[in-house]
Amino acid sequence: MPDNTFDAESHVDHMAAALGLAIDPDYRPGVVANMARTAEIARLVTEFPLPDGVELAPAFRPGEESR
Amino acid sequence: MIDHASGALQIASAVKGGTVSAVEVARAALFRIGALDAHLGAFTAVTAERALGEAAAVDARVRAGGDPGPLAGVPFAVKNLFDIKGLPTLAGSRINAGHPPAGADADLIRRLNDAGAVLVGALNMGEYAYDFTGENSHYGPSRNPHDPARMSGGSSGGSGTAVAAGFVPLALGSDTNGSIRVPSSFCGLFGLKPTFGRLSRQGTFPFCFSLDHLGPLGRSAADLASAYDAMQEPQAAAPVSPVLGQGAEGLRIAVAGDYFARGADPAAFEAVAKVAEALGARETVVVPEAARARAAAYVITTAEGGNLHLDRLRTQAADFDPATRDRLLAGAMVPASWYLQAQRFRRWYHDRVMELFSRVDVILAPATPCTAPPIGQRTMVLDGVEMLVRPNIGIFTQPLSLIGLPVVAVPVRRPGGLPIGVQVVAAPGREDLALRVAADLEAKGVCKAPVARGETSWER
Repeated sequence: MPDNTFDAESHVDHMAAALGLAIDPDYRPGVVANMARTAEIARLVTEFPLPDGVELAPAFRPGEESR
Repeated sequence: MIDHASGALQIASAVKGGTVSAVEVARAALFRIGALDAHLGAFTAVTAERALGEAAAVDARVRAGGDPGPLAGVPFAVKNLFDIKGLPTLAGSRINAGHPPAGADADLIRRLNDAGAVLVGALNMGEYAYDFTGENSHYGPSRNPHDPARMSGGSSGGSGTAVAAGFVPLALGSDTNGSIRVPSSFCGLFGLKPTFGRLSRQGTFPFCFSLDHLGPLGRSAADLASAYDAMQEPQAAAPVSPVLGQGAEGLRIAVAGDYFARGADPAAFEAVAKVAEALGARETVVVPEAARARAAAYVITTAEGGNLHLDRLRTQAADFDPATRDRLLAGAMVPASWYLQAQRFRRWYHDRVMELFSRVDVILAPATPCTAPPIGQRTMVLDGVEMLVRPNIGIFTQPLSLIGLPVVAVPVRRPGGLPIGVQVVAAPGREDLALRVAADLEAKGVCKAPVARGETSWER
């Protein structure tokens, strides 16, 4: 869960390595700012308690092609 | 008389009746686009030769006494994320310009063609549909015909511009978080975001598989209904056009309170109040956890978008619009647990909102928090709070598309001011109810979508 201590800079560095993304130094501030903002927004969702039985919304339908 | 301000059904009726030929209508549309679009930036490609060919085929069917279809000779254009045979599907990007041309039309283009409509071109849009403004760093902005210094709204910006300018009576857009409803609001149009999954997405460039919808923008509820009926799956629900005349009488209509009643300019709430009064809607309902729903939509969108473009971000990052690139890069880095929690919240939220629809048929909410801002404006003040323009235009649309509800954006005219829209929201599969309400508001003169008059320089 992202919290107030979420470190967007280190997250971006770690994930860039994990995903094989070489982030141009010129782009990095913008990416970090967006990551920090995303974490702040995501917290609204991740802090909300959900019962264990709540399933993921998208449904996979065997036999049905992409539309 | 048929002219650039005529609606789709008026044109179809005149073409079927032989008052005007489809070729004449197509030529007039192409002439107007050629004369004026350089000022407005609606189109990225005009398919003139194809349009004249399709129109000639419609005229031939009329001459032969056959049925030319419910949209006979109606010019239409599509956001450039729809595949058009022979053109690369740009999706607003420079990167896709290097893709091979599409080998076939998208499903929905084919269905409109089958109904007699005539494709005149591809429309500008925000890059990869990740946009609420209608601005595009590669192809220029889609300008608002009511005031070309202002945004058309995005990401179906060219769709809004083209219909409001009278280039076409009908355009197709896509709506992931509000991209049909926002340009409808800013450009003063009717726009339909159907129920998620209701219309085929085959042959369109994706943005976010969980949330992408396609739908029409037009200048009347009846035109939207006709386009929607033509695009539905053959075995889908009953057509909606025949029920439009039933009006809103007897429907349980409520205004969304709480989240949907704060954080916007007075114009947004005045528009909702005007619509509610016309409909006799006095009840207020609270859509539970709407702020979290918006957050969940944001997380799902950015994570799926980032994943979709990951390879391009690895190899062609410099070719993206910087505003899109940085958000997609961050989106690709969203932890799985945030994304999955957002998808589980989506299910929870859906179930709560369905409880609301056991008590009401239709919910009214603002479409945008403001009228169209000037192009290039970065921040705005809403309710006394300064905030970024780009991410906050969709504050009222995102919580509704998260669970795929059908919504008709209806345009409320403001004397001397820019138009602004209201969302007419119904339960899944009940496009008929939302369109009935839209038609009722139009009949009462509360909502109207005339072609923008070129008070400024673009039409001189």
